[in-house]
Amino acid sequence: MNLNDILSNPDLLPWLIPVGPLLAFFIIMLATNRAKMVPATSHEYGGHHPDYDGMKVPVVTLQSRILSVTVGMLGTLTAWVLSLITVSNAFGAQHFGEEVFGDRLNWLATGVGEFTMGVLVDPFTTVMLIMVPIAVTMIFIYSIGYMAHDPRQSRFFALISLFAGAMLTLVVADNLLLMFVGWEIMGLCSYLLIGFWFEKESAYKAAIKAFTTTRVADVIMLLGIAYLYASAGTLSFRDILYNEAMLEHLASTPAIILGGWGLSAAGLIGVFLIIGTIGKSAQFPLHVWLPDAMEGPTPVSAMIHAAAMVSAGVYAIIRMYPLFEAGGNPHAGEFTTPLMLMAIVGGFTALFSATIAVAQNDVKRVLAYSTISQLGFMMAALGIGAYIAAAFHLITHAFFKALLFMASGSVIHGMEHGEHHVHEHHAHDEHDEAHGHDDHHDHGHHFDPQDMMNMGGLRKTMPVTFWTFLLGGLSLSGFPLLTAGFWSKDEILADAWLGLTHGFGAPAFVFIMLCLAAFLTAFYTMRQLGLTFMGEPRTEEAAHANLGQGIVSFTMTLPLIILAFLAVVAGFAGVHPDFPLFGAIFSPEHNWFHHFVGPTLLHEPASIDFSIVPVLFSFGVALGGLGLGYWMYWRKPLEAGQPDPLVSILGTVHPVLKNKYYLDELYATLFIQPSQWFARVVVSDFMDHGIIDGVLHLIARVFTWIGDLIKNLNIWLIDGVGDGIPELIAIFGTWFRRIQTGRIQQYMLLVVIAMIVIALIFAVSSGFLVQAAG
Amino acid sequence: MPEVSSALSLSTVVLFIPIVGFLAILVFLREEQHTEQIKWTALGTSLVAFVVSLLLWIGYDASVPGLQMVQRNDWLPSAGISFYVGVDGLSLLLIILTTFIMPLAILSSFRVHVLEERGRQKLYYAFMLLLEFAMLGVFMAQDLFLFYVFWEITLVPMYFLIGIWGAEQRMYAAVKFFLYTMAGSILMLLAILYVGIQAGTFSLPDIVAGIQSGAIAFPMDGVLSSTQSFLFLGFFIAFAIKVPLWPFHSWLPDAHVQAPTAGSVILAGVLLKLGTYGIVRFCLPLFPEASVAWAPYVAVLAIIGIIYGAWVSYAQKDVKKLVAYSSVSHLGFVVLGIFALNAQGIQGGILQMVNHGISTGGLFLLVGMLYERRHTKAMDAFGGIWKAMPLFGGLSLIVVLSSMGLPGLNGFVGEFVILLGSFGSSVLGPLFTLFATLGVILAAVYMLYMFQKVFMGELDKEENKNLPQLHWQELAVLIPIIIAIFWIGLQPRPFFDTMDASVNQVVEQVHPYVVQAENTAMLTVDEFVQTAAVR
Repeated sequence: MNLNDILSNPDLLPWLIPVGPLLAFFIIMLATNRAKMVPATSHEYGGHHPDYDGMKVPVVTLQSRILSVTVGMLGTLTAWVLSLITVSNAFGAQHFGEEVFGDRLNWLATGVGEFTMGVLVDPFTTVMLIMVPIAVTMIFIYSIGYMAHDPRQSRFFALISLFAGAMLTLVVADNLLLMFVGWEIMGLCSYLLIGFWFEKESAYKAAIKAFTTTRVADVIMLLGIAYLYASAGTLSFRDILYNEAMLEHLASTPAIILGGWGLSAAGLIGVFLIIGTIGKSAQFPLHVWLPDAMEGPTPVSAMIHAAAMVSAGVYAIIRMYPLFEAGGNPHAGEFTTPLMLMAIVGGFTALFSATIAVAQNDVKRVLAYSTISQLGFMMAALGIGAYIAAAFHLITHAFFKALLFMASGSVIHGMEHGEHHVHEHHAHDEHDEAHGHDDHHDHGHHFDPQDMMNMGGLRKTMPVTFWTFLLGGLSLSGFPLLTAGFWSKDEILADAWLGLTHGFGAPAFVFIMLCLAAFLTAFYTMRQLGLTFMGEPRTEEAAHANLGQGIVSFTMTLPLIILAFLAVVAGFAGVHPDFPLFGAIFSPEHNWFHHFVGPTLLHEPASIDFSIVPVLFSFGVALGGLGLGYWMYWRKPLEAGQPDPLVSILGTVHPVLKNKYYLDELYATLFIQPSQWFARVVVSDFMDHGIIDGVLHLIARVFTWIGDLIKNLNIWLIDGVGDGIPELIAIFGTWFRRIQTGRIQQYMLLVVIAMIVIALIFAVSSGFLVQAAG
Repeated sequence: MPEVSSALSLSTVVLFIPIVGFLAILVFLREEQHTEQIKWTALGTSLVAFVVSLLLWIGYDASVPGLQMVQRNDWLPSAGISFYVGVDGLSLLLIILTTFIMPLAILSSFRVHVLEERGRQKLYYAFMLLLEFAMLGVFMAQDLFLFYVFWEITLVPMYFLIGIWGAEQRMYAAVKFFLYTMAGSILMLLAILYVGIQAGTFSLPDIVAGIQSGAIAFPMDGVLSSTQSFLFLGFFIAFAIKVPLWPFHSWLPDAHVQAPTAGSVILAGVLLKLGTYGIVRFCLPLFPEASVAWAPYVAVLAIIGIIYGAWVSYAQKDVKKLVAYSSVSHLGFVVLGIFALNAQGIQGGILQMVNHGISTGGLFLLVGMLYERRHTKAMDAFGGIWKAMPLFGGLSLIVVLSSMGLPGLNGFVGEFVILLGSFGSSVLGPLFTLFATLGVILAAVYMLYMFQKVFMGELDKEENKNLPQLHWQELAVLIPIIIAIFWIGLQPRPFFDTMDASVNQVVEQVHPYVVQAENTAMLTVDEFVQTAAVR
């Protein structure tokens, strides 16, 4: 079969989508990741590194840089083109949803069952294939500029290619196992990229934290996969989720634990899988890794927060939704255990992390908590059965969150630029700007280019960043009618409102939590924008912050503009047809997104009637939050040295929020320190060296004692075997510490005696000889 | 019954290739003049063994469950003892593993400092080949007595490898290793004698056939006091010490830490698998009823080992010790899989034996390379090595990830299939799986901790700043490991296909005694494929 056949066959084409980036990863790693060793003091390494004086350090050569970037870009563009072809195939297909694209191969056979590996493109995959490649390509373009001076630039492009490849694998996977493979490889990529500047303590700690936290969840998810396989005999999505008999079977079988309390197999599997998502998508209580994950280079944050990783978590539960719903019907008020879990966790997390975001001063940390909060929106939406709304919000969120992260990266880059300027100016140092970003944090200054308190007035020097950041922020806040965030958030609220009017508990809870969270979201976005861009620069660095000229500036600005455009228009794909004016313009026949994605499910979700009440709530919370933020931070921008007005308003609550409810400290005290102590003191020292080796040594002593006994009482033994034995037995007693004579024959003899004694004890105590004789 | 021939078979050829090299080194080469020739003879011999063993694999017909490439010659006919060798799906992969690991272990010894220091290189390489012979013999022997002979021979070269070329406390470790294993073996010897005398033959296939037909029976009338239980335990304890199953593991860290690099590699790579292999080969078919009865208890020990090994690993400050304890955890997984007593569990168990051999063998090779450069194994002595040796850091990461069970690499496939097997097992069940997964979490914790301590962080130790990059010989050792890691991870099918029929045969032998759980939720795939509204 040649390539043409595959390209022209929509069933086979999806196989190739992840191949480009994966291939790019291997090519870069094996071929173009060439570094030369240069003295650490050289210009290429960025000059001053007192720690590495006198040693040579690897720096990627210019040729390798260019090749790596080219290979990485090519891989991603290939994936994008193939995705576009697949998407257009999907748009052209009849009855798409019932009919899907897909192909399978046998992967391994284990005794009773076969595992297949396959690809599947259904309507939901299709919309992901629109979003992911765009976001990834933008991140790549942005990285060209952002990582231009890093000594390990090639490795960065390799890893981020692998990241993209893993995400695309996950998206096109037709079964849970392949999805899990992509899922875990993304976990690895996030580990390697968060810890990209592995010299930094904070970076490698964050990397390990991210990997182990998500690993806890992943392993529980793996348990869910094992359970699903044991109950269903397959892990293929279509065979399980598009199959009424299977879902009924799973929903009617009692679970292996708590089955007596009415939990079905589907319920327990669902709970396991959702826990996987709680880790991956950073939901309470496993959210703690995500804010620290910004230790990686900023494009990585965009990758983790928008295009891949956390989106993958929500993607997985949207994908598995029929399983969670099996045995219940959220629109009739029947919420299964997994749905309740999602509604509660999602609703709580949405509000919980929004409150933390309010009190953060680090420009990326605010965004990190907003991601957690927005993912909570999606979880909660799924929990109340708002399938389409959750999927929609996943897409729009990816666009505006990628934008926000990259814009904040530009801000940081600009601030670092300003910092250099100031530094050069003051020290008359020949400090070249050819630095990796990591260098700044390590050497010398205490200046934090990510602290919003150090910023202010950046709109003047970084206008493009300001305007795009503003659009992204408004979209995040759900600024009415004009931004994508409004439409997707509104759809979630509409669904929740419908449930609330029927008097169902879960939707009511979700509605209240999300309204409050949306209000806070609008507020902290305004606060962030105000602190960063408005007023006058609060530090000298901020006054000189800019992106400079040339290719770096261009590659870092272009993606912002494209994503800003998408952050506005993407929402119009999902406007309710009855929405005044907008419905007539954008959805003359039907809600496009709903109409297209709906058939992913066996039972297409019904579209709900339009109601003006939730729209008014959407308006109210968004405009209210924005207004309050405007009033506090734009109207009268913060002066240099002036404290955040929030500190005095919130009083004693502020430190709690600022310190993230002290959860990191709590976990350290509850889990990390005790387990370290337990490992060292109890398991290793007490158990292993104390008891287990102790018992062994005791046995040795007993043998010594027996040996002594034999030596003293049974002279005939010595006569019989020779004079060497008593000496050997005595040596035995000190448990070989003294016998370093190297006389092998002695040991051999020793062994023989031990064998005989053990055999006798065994034989006598078991009555074995008696039986054998009989 | 397999066709039994007394003509020379390919398996015998593979078995005796190392002995040819062994004799060549002993007879023709001299310590002083021929140091280089000794090295290359040993390497060449082991490579030939590897290539021929691949022929074994190619020639093996995986669709037939029984023994193939069989050779049987009378040895002590009056006692029913014969030289009886052959391969099947249970042993073939482990034979390949042995012949794969040996050249790497030998090549890695070329640049080892301690060999130059202590000398006696002729003896060293001769022992390596003798060890290979003995290990291959263990995997191929189909006669209980022959098996026992090979089993005991493995102890001798390893004892000397540790005792002569080991680290500071080598004598303590060597003697502990020897005595502990020996103590277990003696129980097995008694059991073997009992079985052989009762059956009138020591030929394993004959005895198993007798058990199947009912001609030979070991009464099983109680878990604790029946003949079959005692016999089972006689074999099992010997194997458990070798594995080592918790709480019989305490010889392992000492042996690993004190052994020279190649010794640790072989120990982890192959020797430990003699135990788990023995369980599958002997305990299950000979004593199926006792295996079923003891399975939950054994599985509990396995799970304790999984968690315990991982936890102790986490507490170590010495890289090699950390890796050594991780073996306890990984082998716990293997035992858990085997005692799931279903096809998936056992297949996962066998694959995981291979995986552990490759990954942990690889880890010991890496530790050895670090040790050659810095003459220490304390984690605190390192830090930031990734910067000083970027390629070495990258390769190490792959091996570490493989050991952690990252999907796409070999460890995941084994672990996943074992988890499936134990989850669906009617002997064990989900609760066991639940606890076992704790080990998967902890594996990530201690492995990443180790990687961070050695490779990440600032390169702040003066001694580490100008470490030499990898030598081509070191690369030649690592690259096959990396290839194997990816191969099994991405395309495990050939491995499963190889063992499928043989494993199913074992499962069938045990199956009658497995009481089917009443309300099992398991449905066959076929039932659903029929009803599924698949496109």
